[in-house]
Amino acid sequence: MERVTTSPTKARIIKVSGPLVVAEGMEKARMYDMVRVGRMGLIGEIIEIKEDKASIQVYEETSGLGPGEPVETTMAPLSVELGPGLMSGIYDGIQRPLDIIRDKTGSYITRGITLPAVNRRKKWDFVPLVKKGDKVRAGDILGTVQETPLVIHKVLVPTGIEGEIRVIKKGKFTVTQTIAKVKTVSGLKEIRMLQKWPVRMERMVQKKLPPETPLVTGQRVIDTFFPVAKGGTACIPGPFGSGKTVILHCIAAWADAQIIVYIGCGERGNEMTDVLLEFPKLKDPKTGRPLIERTIMIANTSNMPVAAREASIYTGITIAEYYRDMGYNVAVMADSTSRWAEALREISGRLEEMPGEEGYPAYLGTRIAEFYERAGRVICQGTKNREGTLTVMGAVSPPGGDLSDPVVQATLRTVKVFWALEDRLAYMRHFPAINWLNSYSLYLDNIEGYLGKEIASDWMKLRNIAMAILQEEDSLQEIVRLVGREALSSREQLVLETSKSIREDYLMQDAFHEIDVYAPLAKQYRMLRVILELHRSSKHALEKEVPLEKLLTLKVKERIDRMKYIEKKNMKEFDSIEKELKREIESLVERKE
Amino acid sequence: MVKEYLTISHIAGPLILVEETSGITYGEIAEIELATKEVRRGKVLEVTGDKALVQLFEGTTGLNVYQARVRFLGKGIELGVSTDLLGRIFDGLGRPIDGGPKIIPEKRIDINGNPINPTARDYPTEFIQTGISAIDGMNTLVRGQKLPIFSGAGLPHPQIAAQIARQARVLGKEEKFAVIFAAMGITFEEANYFITDFRRTGAIERAVLFVNLADDPAIERIATPRMALTCAEYLAFEKDMHVLVILTDMTNYANALREISAARKEVPGRRGYPGYMYTDLSTIYERAGRIKGKAGSITQIPILTMPEDDKTHPIPDLTGYITEGQIILSRPLHRKGVYPPIDVLPSLSRLKEKGVGKDKTREDHGDVTNQLFACYARGKEAKELAIILGEAALTELDKLYAKFSDKFEEEFLAQGEEENRSIEETLDLGWKLLTIIPTSDLKRIRDEYIKKYLKQSNQ
Repeated sequence: MERVTTSPTKARIIKVSGPLVVAEGMEKARMYDMVRVGRMGLIGEIIEIKEDKASIQVYEETSGLGPGEPVETTMAPLSVELGPGLMSGIYDGIQRPLDIIRDKTGSYITRGITLPAVNRRKKWDFVPLVKKGDKVRAGDILGTVQETPLVIHKVLVPTGIEGEIRVIKKGKFTVTQTIAKVKTVSGLKEIRMLQKWPVRMERMVQKKLPPETPLVTGQRVIDTFFPVAKGGTACIPGPFGSGKTVILHCIAAWADAQIIVYIGCGERGNEMTDVLLEFPKLKDPKTGRPLIERTIMIANTSNMPVAAREASIYTGITIAEYYRDMGYNVAVMADSTSRWAEALREISGRLEEMPGEEGYPAYLGTRIAEFYERAGRVICQGTKNREGTLTVMGAVSPPGGDLSDPVVQATLRTVKVFWALEDRLAYMRHFPAINWLNSYSLYLDNIEGYLGKEIASDWMKLRNIAMAILQEEDSLQEIVRLVGREALSSREQLVLETSKSIREDYLMQDAFHEIDVYAPLAKQYRMLRVILELHRSSKHALEKEVPLEKLLTLKVKERIDRMKYIEKKNMKEFDSIEKELKREIESLVERKE
Repeated sequence: MVKEYLTISHIAGPLILVEETSGITYGEIAEIELATKEVRRGKVLEVTGDKALVQLFEGTTGLNVYQARVRFLGKGIELGVSTDLLGRIFDGLGRPIDGGPKIIPEKRIDINGNPINPTARDYPTEFIQTGISAIDGMNTLVRGQKLPIFSGAGLPHPQIAAQIARQARVLGKEEKFAVIFAAMGITFEEANYFITDFRRTGAIERAVLFVNLADDPAIERIATPRMALTCAEYLAFEKDMHVLVILTDMTNYANALREISAARKEVPGRRGYPGYMYTDLSTIYERAGRIKGKAGSITQIPILTMPEDDKTHPIPDLTGYITEGQIILSRPLHRKGVYPPIDVLPSLSRLKEKGVGKDKTREDHGDVTNQLFACYARGKEAKELAIILGEAALTELDKLYAKFSDKFEEEFLAQGEEENRSIEETLDLGWKLLTIIPTSDLKRIRDEYIKKYLKQSNQ
């Protein structure tokens, strides 16, 4: 066999084509290793190897790069830094801290910057939870650090380490100082708070479990009709202007997850700015602390380098997995996975791979499935059997809103919840513009037990009645369109009236109204009960031959219209509405009798 | 001494392949000298070993493999900037065409620009009054926004764009203001309309025009919007001006992009447009905005003509995914004689919520807009129903809504080309129309505003 004589420093660029660079003399290169490209030291990742030639996707703008320039391999895969200090941060697709870059280089992002993702100088108050002599293994909690007022950061034993604690110190440490020493079979290992993990590798868990509890978002159409479970997956496809981002922002702000990772993947710069400016102002409903204290943002906007966009969703989900391993309920929003898929397509095209549908690479479906499969409710590593969940929600932006788009189709094969956004609803200013007939959730059975116990035993029953009314409306509307409303019986007209009420008084929710923006489950239940109670007793009254017109002009309707603005502390209001409703209909029936 | 290459081996469409080169870098600019001494400019699209693939901005007509000389300049394409640019007209590559003197640049800037760091952005919240009710009232434009006009062939988008350029102002403030106009592949007449209008109103003094006409080289169009935006960034973020950039017609730009992609034999995406068109368009549109700590701003109004009025065509589709809303022009409205024929229902301004309300426009603005939308939508629905079933089938209430939607189009949407309505006038007009609808049906407006603003004239 021939001996490898060329050193990695002999590696040279031979081709530059947009974000793709080909280098020769790369004998030592390994797939998915990170490399430094050119004299500027741009960051790239090896994505294909042919003999001694490696194709590299470069995470920064490549203009000014030419053949002959050196390439250096770092012999390590693209990794993220994990440790206290991530929370409230904003990073680009390869985890460079954008706020610090701004301090260093000004308003524009320039090239060749390398900065640590986690602050090296800041000292954290480390409180040990184990003592000398304790036996620990990977995933066990060594101690805690108060990362932000909302988040206690748990320092875990890194993967691959198992043994006996020899030294553990309480006190103030930076992330790179040793906080503990563990005696393992292969010697004494020093443990620091800062750890690294390759982004394309799923973090290990003991066991995956089926999801059981809902992720409460405060959005009625989602929580009541198409809920997502903690540890579940959901997708929001929709044409532009249908409000994908507003919904994701709302969920990021109000969902009852403990940690939020928001990935802005190839979307608008101003949307990230909006999150950055709003989240410090929005208060967590439980603790009253600013939401930014539990949020991490990955921002690789549409005009930032396309290869880093490809990496951004992996960077985001790896950070999310890290917090899940501490036993938290974590939610990831990826906006938008279509832009990520387009990045994949662009790189694939430049590699001259055989294209699949719409020019997307044939492995698109696999990559999408791999990404969503990182969600789940799990038993974390370690001896304590901690439970953590990771919920993943992805926006999809199909061209022209056409759901036959390969990205949508590949996503639907994987995810369990489908929120179908429709621009027709958005034009009617029906927000959230989620179509109630096309959307679905496969978690209804999983979470029925929880809702029945925690909220009301007839929750699912009410939900199904409401759904049936909406279904019936759809077929009745067809008749109305053909022959007019008069052709319908009184009962059918009542169905139209109730479904209109469900749509306008229940499904529609104002994301910009201070009270309506978030509806707790208890309120959702009472609201739906009122609407359906009105329907039930009206139907009863119709049977007693009360004329429909009388039922359509009940005085209580005005209160029902304004139900969504009832504050959490005034839940008694619902009792009074229900009482008035009964009284009013009863008096109509009595007069008839 | 710059090396000259006589080694062109291949010419295809706008592309040439130069061999036996050394030291060439990706993205640098090349000068190609023809046998006639004419000099054209190009950009390196790909370098492989000693071969460089160059895209010529002015096309390859008349180019000869053996006689043309290629020089690589070792830098990207640049624009020389100075405040003297104001009041001047340039071609699509930034060369003066108004007969005026050469610009002595304060500095030269690479036209590709760098992405704005999201943490450095400031959220656009300042209301811009355009004087057009359909925009101010219903789809409010704010400073730093990118709001395209989706038009169709034969619709009056030039008039609307010129009217916005003429009337746009921020309430209660006198600030330095500039208009930058980039024309890509539009006709002489259309360009002339803008130039004449700018001259007539004196707006030319604070305007910079980059004009690539329909008969100018198509590939030049790739550079034109970037020239304009580089100039805009300089004026906005270094000279503290509020800049309005009008880009017309983005459809021609996208077609030029497709031309290059086809010449490179790339795998085409939808309708033959390259897969990276979204990214490419975003590097233009995302250059709008405001930056923390800087006084100026860039507001973009790109105009595009939708092929076959189809909103799902890749150009409007990808644009809509990047921009912060869209103003859609409607052919039926235009046929009815409504100017500006803005179809408010599918139009949208995503930044509206933060730009309207108390201290910005008026406290009732948001509610009134929502109510007008809802009533207009319901009225249009009622009218559709009336077409199928006859007017008699409508309920009394639906008849009122139908009447409302007619009045809304005639009085609210329609206005003169020179008519500059203040936001108060627009909102009051909205209230006046809402009197057609019974007050109990005005569910989207808070009671306090109904009491304060609704003149009970109709009931």
